[in-house]
This record gives sequence, C-alpha cells and structure tokens, in this order.
Amino acid sequence: MTAETETRTIEIDVLRYDPDSGAPPRYQTYKVPFQHDTSVLVGLQYIKDHLDGTLTFRWSCRMAICGSCGTMINGIPQLSCHTFLRDYWPKKLRIDPLEHFPIIKDLAIDQTDFLNKLDSVKPYLIPKQDKPLSEGAYLQTPKQMEQYYNYSQCINCLLCYAACPQYGLTPTFTGPAALALLHRYNADSRDVGWSARSDVLNSEDGVWRCTLVGYCSEVCPKNVDPAHAINQNKVNSTLDYFGVLKLLSTVGFGK
Amino acid sequence: MQVITCDVVVVGGGGTGLRAAIAIAESDPKLTIALVSKVVPMRSHTVAAEGGAAGVIRGDDSLDNHFNDTVSGGDWLCDQDAVQYFVEHCVEELVQLEHWGCPWSRKDDGNINVRFFGGMTVQRTWFAADKSGFHILHTLFQTSIKYPGIQRYDEYFVADLILEDGRVRGVLAIEVATGEIVLFEAKAVILGTGGAGRVYRQNTNAGIVTGDGMGLAYRHGARLRDMEFVQYHPTCLPGSGILMTEGCRGEGGILTNKDGYRYLQDYALGPLDPWPRPKAMELGPRDRLSQAFWHEDQKGNTFKTPLGTAVNLDLRHLGEKKILERLPLITEAARVFAGVDPVTDPIPVRPAVHYTMGGVYANMTETEVPGLFAAGECSSVGIHGANRLGSNSLVEIIVFGKVAGERAAAYARTVPDGSSAGVRQQAEESASRLLALLKNDKGERVATLRDEMGDAMETGVGIYRSASGMKTACDKIAELRARYRAGIALDDHSRSFNTEWLTTIELGFMLEVAEAMAHSAYNRKESRGAHVRLDEYSTRDDDKFLQHSLATYTGEGPPAISYQPVTITKSQPRTRSYGGAGKQAVMT
Repeated sequence: MTAETETRTIEIDVLRYDPDSGAPPRYQTYKVPFQHDTSVLVGLQYIKDHLDGTLTFRWSCRMAICGSCGTMINGIPQLSCHTFLRDYWPKKLRIDPLEHFPIIKDLAIDQTDFLNKLDSVKPYLIPKQDKPLSEGAYLQTPKQMEQYYNYSQCINCLLCYAACPQYGLTPTFTGPAALALLHRYNADSRDVGWSARSDVLNSEDGVWRCTLVGYCSEVCPKNVDPAHAINQNKVNSTLDYFGVLKLLSTVGFGK
Repeated sequence: MQVITCDVVVVGGGGTGLRAAIAIAESDPKLTIALVSKVVPMRSHTVAAEGGAAGVIRGDDSLDNHFNDTVSGGDWLCDQDAVQYFVEHCVEELVQLEHWGCPWSRKDDGNINVRFFGGMTVQRTWFAADKSGFHILHTLFQTSIKYPGIQRYDEYFVADLILEDGRVRGVLAIEVATGEIVLFEAKAVILGTGGAGRVYRQNTNAGIVTGDGMGLAYRHGARLRDMEFVQYHPTCLPGSGILMTEGCRGEGGILTNKDGYRYLQDYALGPLDPWPRPKAMELGPRDRLSQAFWHEDQKGNTFKTPLGTAVNLDLRHLGEKKILERLPLITEAARVFAGVDPVTDPIPVRPAVHYTMGGVYANMTETEVPGLFAAGECSSVGIHGANRLGSNSLVEIIVFGKVAGERAAAYARTVPDGSSAGVRQQAEESASRLLALLKNDKGERVATLRDEMGDAMETGVGIYRSASGMKTACDKIAELRARYRAGIALDDHSRSFNTEWLTTIELGFMLEVAEAMAHSAYNRKESRGAHVRLDEYSTRDDDKFLQHSLATYTGEGPPAISYQPVTITKSQPRTRSYGGAGKQAVMT
C-alpha cells in the first residue's frame, strides 16, 4: 500500500454549540479515517454523513474560491477545504468557529457585521460620468490594472477578521477585507469615488484603527495583502487631511 | 408564519439572480425586490467559473460565426431564434460588466483581450485570468449594493413555490439561521438557481448545485426540457472533480495519453498539424473530448491514479510566466489539490459532470407557469442544444438574467395587489410537510441515498449510454424515490441552522431531477451531442429526434416524456464536424 492510498485515522475535536439547547459550548471528539488527499472539509463531511448529522459547518465550492469554509484550525484561521488532515496526524486536530464573530451554531458564525461593513465602503465603480454602452469598454492598461488587481482578489472568507486583534478588541473597526475593497475601487482608473468613500476611510474606525500587526495578510489565502492596502491609505488619508491629495489625484496619484 | 410582501422574488444570488435583480431595479425603481438565496450571494457557484465569457469583438469574427459555432456545437438542437438574440446581446452585457468594474484581462494597449475556447472559429472569450466567474459574481454582487430596491435575504432556503389560479403567488423559504419558515408573497418569481450537477458522484460543481429551482418548477407543472443532455467537462481532477479550465487548452495546453501521444487525432479531431488550429484537436468541443477519453480508457491508454484513470493535461510548453498570468487559479488548485505543479509537470485529468444543458422550459425566460421566470443554468431557453460551448454560459446568465428581470418587472406591473387566504393556507400546508421531514427519526441516512443516486447516474447516464444501462438507472432512481418517501432519519431535529434538514429537502429535488434526466435519456433513441448511445441508436436521427424532450411531473410515478419541435431559422442540420485542414492560429 503506497502512502497515497493508505487510510489512517485522526482524532478531531470540534467546538459544538446548539443555540436551541441553551447549553454552553463544548468540544466533541470524532475519529475520522483519511487518506493523503483528504482535506479538513472532507473530514468534516465524513463526520456529518456517517457519524453525526448534527455537526454544522458551511461549505460550497471545495476549491478555495467561494469563501464559505473558513474556520480556526488549531487556532489558525484557514479554509477547511484548503487544509489537509495529513499535516496534523498523528496529533489531534482542533476546529473552532472563526474568532471574533458570534456563533450561530457549531462552526457557523454570524457574518452580518462583515456584510454591513462591505456595504459601507461603497464597493462599486463610481465613474466620472455615465458612459453609454454603445461607447464600448474603458481603456485600461495592464499597468493601470496592476494598481488595484490584487485587491480585487478577495473572496470574503473572513479569515483576516478572525486574525485581526484590533477587530477582536474594537468590533466597530471597518476591518481588513472591507478596507482593501474600498482601496480596490479607489485605485481603479475608471473610478472617481474617493470623496464618497473618504468618511469611512478617514474615520476612527477606518484605516487609523489598524495597529499594523499584519496577521491579516499572513492568513489571506488569496494573497490580497489587506495590511498593505490599509497602510498605503494612512498616507493617502494624511495627504487628504492636509488637502494635498485632491491636487495629486488630478495627475493620477494612487491609480 | 412570517409573511414578506414584495413585487418580485428572485430565487438565487448567483450571476443570473443578481443581474435580474439589477435589471428590475433599473427598469422600475419603485418595485420591491426580494433577492432570496440559500447562501450569501458571493458564495454562489458562478464564483467557480474559470475560463471566460463569449462576445464577438475581433475584426475577423462575426455574429454569424458565434451563431454557427453555437448551433453546430449544440448539434442543431438549439432554438435558433434564442441563439440569435443571445449572440446579438453578449457584447453589450460584457461591456456593462466592464463599466461596473469587472477586471477583464487586457491587451497592452488597454483594450479587452480574448482567448480561444473549444469549438470556436476565432478567439471570442473575454476572460479575467482564469477567475472569470469569480470576478463577474463579485462585480455584480458589489454593484447590486447600489440599488436600494433590492432587499437581500441571504441564507434563506427556498423550499416551495406557491401558485394560485394558475399563476405564481410567491415562495416559501426557511431562514437558515433560525429555521423559521417565511412566506414571500409576490407577483412574479424569477428562478436563477443554477444547475444540478450534484446528482452525479464525480462533478465540478459546488455542494449547493442541487437542482432546487428545476425541482420547484417541475413539481408545480412547468416541464423540464432536454434533461438528457448533461455535459461532462473533459479536464477535471480525478476524485474531487475540481475543474481545470478549458482556458488551459485555449491558451495552448495539450492532452496526451499514458504514452505521451496526443490521442485526440484518433477521434476525428486531427490531424495534429498545424497547431494550434481552431475547432481541432484540443480546441474541439467538450462532448467530443470527453467521449475520446472514454475510448482511450477502454483501450487501456489512460494511466491509473489513486482516484481513477486519467490522461495528461500538459501546459509546460506555455512557460511559467504565461501560466501564472493567464491560469493562476488552476495552477494553485493543481498544486494544492493534486500535488502537481503545472509549470513542471502535466496535470492528471479525467472527465467529470459539469453542466446541465436542459432545465425549466422557458421562452425568452418565461416558463409555462404565468409569473414564473427562469434564466441561467436552471432554465432551458434553447441556446445550448445537445452540447454547450464553453464560455456561452457565463454570458447566458447576464444576457438572460437581464431579460428575466425586465420581463418579470413588466409582468408584475400588470398583476393586481392583494394577498389571499388560499395562498396562506397553501403555505401552512407546505410548512407542515417541511416540518414533518425535520421531525423524522426513522429510515435511512441522507448520505446513503445521495451516494447511491450519484453512482446510478454515473453508471447509467454517463458519457456513453445504452438502453439497458439507462433502464437500470431509471429503476434505481424510482427505488430511491420510494425509499426517500419512506423516510430519511435525521440526527438533527433542531430548527437553527439545520443543514441536515436542508440537505434532505435538496435530495428530494435532486432525485426528481435525476429521474427526469434518466427517462429523457432512455427515450431519446438516437445519439446527439452529449447524449451518445452504444446500442443500435449510435447515430443522429433528425427524422425522429430533431426535437426537444419535455419531462412532465406525474407525482410519485416516472415523468411523462413528450417532444416539441426545434426552432430553425437559418441553419439547417448538417454533419457536425471538427478537425480537418485549417490555418494555424496566432494566440493572443
């Protein structure tokens, strides 16, 4: 039997919480058979299908693009589809819901706060004037795309919020993913929405709440680097404060 | 029971549903729109589409080319009036997405770039690297936030449609977080619920792709059309079925068997040279490529992996720079999920179920139930025929999503206000049935039936089919439906976030959709597009089967299968051929 097909067994402790029962959260241990390519998600699915249908978690695409399956795996925010049981065996593995969010049930957290923050940054293109479809697409060179492209890669998986100690302490902080998205539109050559977004950006809960820990960028599964977006905007926010940004933006600064 | 009243309910928060909701809001800001989705919109399966979206923009391309590629790609089972509308509206919708911010990949001069795809005469596929669906979905989701008329109900699972006096009156949904049952009373309902690939065991689809919308409409009298046409995508990771985009081949990737031989030249897709050449070899259509794999497998020319036999998808000659620029998602997916680096090694791939060409029969998105509209993969508006061309579905969702939105808005304005005791009564009865499922603790596990269904479909209604195999699948699905009715035992009887309960409801939809597929296939006594038979019906039979199949729900029994003519305007059926002589293409 080769290592690729060998079946081993790993113990997984999963945080359980049922809001209907009123009982406090607890850990439950499951024994899960796995092979070389078994992800943590597939392990959870095995439990759900065969051992305990009450275990609750979100998942969908199982290929790290839908952003549904973020959990704390041994205390580190990760996508469960993108993390493999082989890397934890023979030790036990502990799975918790994402930090800093209220738990609905087991590993399913309440994402409402994040969704509201996403709304708050006006994450849509604000053009100088409406361009008729008959005029075709805007011109945008690869170099102009580079200014925002990385920040458009966010899958909203919330790992960065679970990683951010500041969000844990101050839940009103707009937070990494939403601020990175704000910057994504500000940095787009087709967009002139800077001033519409500046209140959120410059406010106490905007970029200035960030204390530059940088763990958000470390855990990001898509290398979006929200820490860079935020700290670049501390500069922009300062220039804005002194009225310089407006002048610089007319010559394409930040685009 | 909580009752929410609105003008239009949009079921599904993927590309179709979001585009439809925006179209309603733009056509009449006074209309109230409930966008009801079982997941937060950006989790919808549109997110996983990779390769791109077709739209004619090159000087050497034409709408006629797009039309002809689509109609021949669909083996002449397309409704040509729908195809004509479709090809005429692709570019404006793709430009609309660009105006909303979608980061389409560009040429150095700042114009949109396009790539090759299978079955295309010239480059026509707009792409955002290999994350086209991801960017389309996030662009639409983020743009939808601008419209105050769109009220989102994220993580509300639609479990039933409510009809009265022969027209749709609303939907019944379960609020996932609390398990509360909510009635949405509406004048019009749009289904944008996606496909049903999860009825098969090995597929490229997300877990949520369970045919809910098809099942909802079917149970209430709308017929399912062309359900036998299920697309196998030729290049997926063994086991998981994770998709390696057709864009790999559009960028010049090749397929080789265990001996390093480009086997497609043996299956009417050659000759090999000149390469690359449109509509030949690796740039052939998906049905033909999946069928070629099957033959290679029969001949013993594939190689074994722990998760099934495979062939090589080889990108190495493209070079690291191009691979990382054009194909970053599949590169990462191959590295993480298959342990293979496409820069240095070929990727092992095999076909997996990818797309349902059929769906709820809809004439320009209007279904047979007044007030009920359908668009995108859950629908059959008639553009895919017997085999969909890659990159037509991502445009379909925006072109017909918009049509559905505009038509539903217009319809809603013609329907009087007012609730009805009958509607409430029906909702209460439907809720009782849902709660009975929740309370059941006797019977089989949901996973047992789900897995048996997936295996039966894979075996009996796969790439190649025979009468006996399809009959076995029909019988098996009937047996599974009977076992389902006998009861699914739940471990979880609580109301809050009960995904076991929701999965059980989904399985009910899936079994009925699978049955429609199996019977539609069994009854089509010819071979066409993705429906190919090994028995005496191995060729196309235009005399008898240049017709759409229609599956009518009959309750506990099997569906009744009938037929309907195909609309042909300017392209008469002829032999569908690929390969042959041709000019070498210059890749862009």
